Amino acid sequence: MAKKTSAIVLTGNGTNCERETAHACTMVGFDKVDIVTVWELVNGDVELAPYDLLCLPGGFLDGDDLGSAKAQANRFLHTLVTKTKQPLFSQIMTFIGDGKLILGICNGFQLMVKLGLLPALGNSFTQQVTLTNNDSGRFEDRWVNLKANKASPCVFTKDIDTLYLPVRHGEGKFVTRDKEVLDQLKAKNQIALSYIDAETRMPTMKYPENPNGSQLSIAGVCDPTGRLFGLMPHPEAFLHKTNHPRWTRENLPEEGMGPKLFKNALNYISQNL
Amino acid sequence: MPERIYVGTKPNVRDALGEKIRQRIISDLGVGTINSVRTAAVYILNAQLFPSDLVSLAEGPLSDPIIQDYSINRTFTETFDWVVEVGFRPGVTDNAGRTAKEAVVIALGRTMPDSFSVHTGTQYFFSGNISQKQIERIGDEILANALIQSIKIYNHEEWLAVHTKEFGAPVVTDTHIVTPFVEVDLHVDDAALLAISKNGMLALSLDEMKCIQEYFLRQDVIDKRKSLGIPANITNVELEILAQTWSEHCKHKIFNADITYTEEGRRPVELKSLFKNYIQKTTQMVRDAKGDKDICLSVFKDNAGVIKFNDSSAIVFKVETHNSPSALDPYGGALTGIVGVNRDPFGTGMGCRLIANTDVFCFASPFFTGQLPPRILHPKRVLEGVREGVEHGGNKSGIPTINGTIVFDDRFLGKPLVYCGTLGLMPLEINGHKGWEKEAKNNDHIIMVGGRIGKDGIHGATFSSEPLHEGSPATAVQIGDPITQKRMTDFLLHARDADLYNAITDNGAGGLSSSIGEMARDTNGAVVNLDRAPLKYPGLEPWEIFVSEAQERMTVSVAPEKVDTFLETAAKWNVEATDLGVFTNTGFLDIRYNNATVAYLSMDFLHDGLPEMKLKATWKPPRQDVRPHYAASDVKSDLLNLMRRLNICSKEYVIRQYDHEVQAGSVVKPLCGTRNDGPSDAAVMRPDLNTFEGIVVSNGIVPRYSDVDAYAMVHCSVDEAVRNAVCTGADPSFMAGLDNFCWCDPVASDGNPDGEYKLAQLVRANQALLDLCVSYGIPLISGKDSMKNDYSIGSVRISIPPTLLFSLVAKIPDVRKAVTMDLKESGNALYLIGTTYPELGASEYAAMKGVKDIEVPKVHNPKESMACYSALFSAIGEGLVRSAHDCSDGGFAVALCEMCFSGELGASVDLSIASNNGCTTDVELLFSESTSRIIVEVKESNTARIEALFAGLPMKRIGTVTKGDMMHIKGHRQIPVLSVSRIDAKSAWKNVLQF
Repeated sequence: MAKKTSAIVLTGNGTNCERETAHACTMVGFDKVDIVTVWELVNGDVELAPYDLLCLPGGFLDGDDLGSAKAQANRFLHTLVTKTKQPLFSQIMTFIGDGKLILGICNGFQLMVKLGLLPALGNSFTQQVTLTNNDSGRFEDRWVNLKANKASPCVFTKDIDTLYLPVRHGEGKFVTRDKEVLDQLKAKNQIALSYIDAETRMPTMKYPENPNGSQLSIAGVCDPTGRLFGLMPHPEAFLHKTNHPRWTRENLPEEGMGPKLFKNALNYISQNL
Repeated sequence: MPERIYVGTKPNVRDALGEKIRQRIISDLGVGTINSVRTAAVYILNAQLFPSDLVSLAEGPLSDPIIQDYSINRTFTETFDWVVEVGFRPGVTDNAGRTAKEAVVIALGRTMPDSFSVHTGTQYFFSGNISQKQIERIGDEILANALIQSIKIYNHEEWLAVHTKEFGAPVVTDTHIVTPFVEVDLHVDDAALLAISKNGMLALSLDEMKCIQEYFLRQDVIDKRKSLGIPANITNVELEILAQTWSEHCKHKIFNADITYTEEGRRPVELKSLFKNYIQKTTQMVRDAKGDKDICLSVFKDNAGVIKFNDSSAIVFKVETHNSPSALDPYGGALTGIVGVNRDPFGTGMGCRLIANTDVFCFASPFFTGQLPPRILHPKRVLEGVREGVEHGGNKSGIPTINGTIVFDDRFLGKPLVYCGTLGLMPLEINGHKGWEKEAKNNDHIIMVGGRIGKDGIHGATFSSEPLHEGSPATAVQIGDPITQKRMTDFLLHARDADLYNAITDNGAGGLSSSIGEMARDTNGAVVNLDRAPLKYPGLEPWEIFVSEAQERMTVSVAPEKVDTFLETAAKWNVEATDLGVFTNTGFLDIRYNNATVAYLSMDFLHDGLPEMKLKATWKPPRQDVRPHYAASDVKSDLLNLMRRLNICSKEYVIRQYDHEVQAGSVVKPLCGTRNDGPSDAAVMRPDLNTFEGIVVSNGIVPRYSDVDAYAMVHCSVDEAVRNAVCTGADPSFMAGLDNFCWCDPVASDGNPDGEYKLAQLVRANQALLDLCVSYGIPLISGKDSMKNDYSIGSVRISIPPTLLFSLVAKIPDVRKAVTMDLKESGNALYLIGTTYPELGASEYAAMKGVKDIEVPKVHNPKESMACYSALFSAIGEGLVRSAHDCSDGGFAVALCEMCFSGELGASVDLSIASNNGCTTDVELLFSESTSRIIVEVKESNTARIEALFAGLPMKRIGTVTKGDMMHIKGHRQIPVLSVSRIDAKSAWKNVLQF
């Protein structure tokens, strides 16, 4: 009998997309899906080890008060688990070392970037890129067209060509430390997802198709292994056709475009873990 | 000396905040020549720290190494002409400071002294040619609100010479000795009684003061107090409790008053309590008529109304206003408004998960150019501040803002209206009990959960019961903290499901005094120890602790054997919870401070001792001898000008900044159509992703009609909400309404000579509400009134137009049937449901033309309107309807035009065919705002079927959807009257509100 697959969806402290993210995991067939608060990890009541997929959903961790996800990144880096007195961060490192998957969406992506989990060029877990204020200077909720990079090692975007998903953020502009980082991301195909123009279907710097002014229209990046992936758009917000802003006028399949990313994660886990 | 760390963007990185500020100065003030604005975040760390600590904090949690630089205790940049530093005044909620403090403690990994605090601010570095006066104006009007923020301005030389460490930290340094209570002698004459009320900001009337005076003269009261060793005189704590409990804000005295109502030429009528005889009666009549189809579960008795949703869940809904605080500090007022109303459904029954917010704002024109009266902020600043407050409150709480609108009228200069609503989803059964019921039990502990108590919000309840005046207290303004609240609600939902409490309510207006006072009615008494309450800073008097409206707090009633588990779990979830006392059955509210009793009031007197107000209302019906003349004009330019009007134009710039789809249940979003920017009629959402059953949420609000008759205003508001909902597919037999009245002072006095007329408007509004809701079968499940929306300083008095917001929640049995308003395919048939009357009175058209006309719309035949709505529901259920849109502001022509440009299709219609009662001009056919009218698009193959469903009802096929850009309308005698390009119309409609 196949091994049971399991996902942990982290919440608490300002995260707010945990329910639909968990729903997406359940929809695609994860055997076990748990919504766990960060406090349960900090206390040691729950550990990451038994799980295959860690989802870091969207929200406003600590209100994004020190910059998006900064305070939570600080918490992950410096907290000792109450019960074991072990660093919380070493649990994450072990999880990654065990070949498991992490998906960061929006605020979760910001968290991964600020923890240095992405893009992890040269397998170095220090911060190499950031997500900062949109060029518009404002939070916006709008749907965007996306194109997946076929050559990317990203586990989550496998067999995906284009996506249509909402962005809902004020700090989504992807910026690298320097040109070298940008060049390497491109060369290693870690740019898994880009904002594209609806007409030309090509990556674009035009607002609002590129909603935040991200360099190279980057909407999502993975680590060199493809097992860690973060994106600003919300796949968990398009689970059913009725989520689509024009579903009353377009002939759409019943299932939305979001579940495919979770299905890819499940398939990878079933085959590799 | 506190340490200072500055963080800002690297020189080669775009400073989005600085750029936004620069553009705002150019567009709003147009002063000086500003080359650049750079910003830096200021962190003031109020502790002795090692230089190495400061470096690791600056490089760690406080800055982003990729795009930011920092400096420690020295200026962030030396290239600027002016620097403006904005920080919070002591005691004002500083959310980033709270987060930074927690981050510093975690990063340093050591315990910090109790006095440790972190404060934040922002520095703005200006380069350009700007005078001292100009920079001061920029500071005042763009960067800071002096009520809550401090501002420091320096030129280049001054700044480099300043020792910033000496600025200190904005901590509350109150070292005075707390006085447990002060006796107040009420054995004084009437004038002195009133002076006590006025000087204490108590907002109690002479009758009320006398009633209190009498209570303390009662022999049983004197004896009881003597036996307990409490002074015979009232204490200031008791006086404050009574003022809060009896405030207009909490007791709705006007809605419960005895009213003598006189209509011109008729005998006076005695009315007892508008609330009981109209609001409650409406609901009772509807419920009786519905019998076993009644959907109400909990109405008028809890913090929010509760209706059944399906076999497992209930819907909870509440709408509140936060007008007065928003007038003083738009951002903080609105933010507190939204996170405050979140706690109402959350504190209803045993608590519920919050699923949606609504927001409706009323402002003066943001393009206002007149002279602003003292203490009034420019309407654009109010709009932007309120918008941002609701943005932060809603988005950071993870609750989608699904429905709302903005109404513009220059009388809202006196007070803006900020309506915030929240819906929740509640399990029908929680731990074997009905989810919507709760009861505190004798001996249960009183536990306060969430934020700490400060002086913020003191006298909010009494303050909002008065017009805005010179002495309006700044402490009534506060800033919400959505994250502290989110942590609290996450924990409390867990505690609810773990069966850790028996009852819950929120601390809103009136704070602990209100929450504990209300819950203590379950057991008939309570003992509260105020010295145990967690404070933000020392120095609060007991009365301040009890009535403080500091946000983000709930009060729960916990059985003695569960107290330890409750407190331990809260600590684990990083939520502060404090055991303040116990509920008792003694019949008294017993408040203590360090074991001494500081207040001891009979529960009966507290809740039932308030004397009824006696008021007069006089109605003068509007008169119009001749029908006013609308000068002939070019209807095409009329239409384009209507599209540009503030009440009609696109509100996309606001909508986009609100997260309207978090929780993934969104089905009909606020914007729809080919370009995702058409104006949807109502929100449709799935609150539970495991079912396709959904809810529809809409609103109706048309204050303009009050200028003629508040009866018509209410009729039109209710019908608008219903029309909007049925257009998307709502079931008209499964609807519930919320009434939120915002009125100008209806109590006549020297300063308010037309109070009797305003009260008559209120009476008529209530009559209309009862008449139409009973006909439509809509129970009222909750509501609120805000009665003092006036501004009065010096000789200037501005009163808002009487305004009802009618909010509606309905069920849609299957969201996959929902309909949007954008035209779908050329060749489809267009129908107009409903009858057009010559009703241009107080319309957008009349306002644009400057014509006074009293022919306002009303619902002429409610039974027929409801029959149409039911037929539409059946048609949508059968999949016959491709699009539907109601006619409201601007009438038919505006509605059809919106359908065309949202679907990028044309239309060709003939209004001479439409159902018409008395319209003789084309302008009436095009722009009359008659109610109950809906434009519907149907595929040719379904026309016979939909016509059968509408047999006997006013529903006429008026034309066809066409390819291309043009909307062609024929008027009387089939003569073409209006041809307009939808592209031109859309560009007029879209390019108005773009801030």
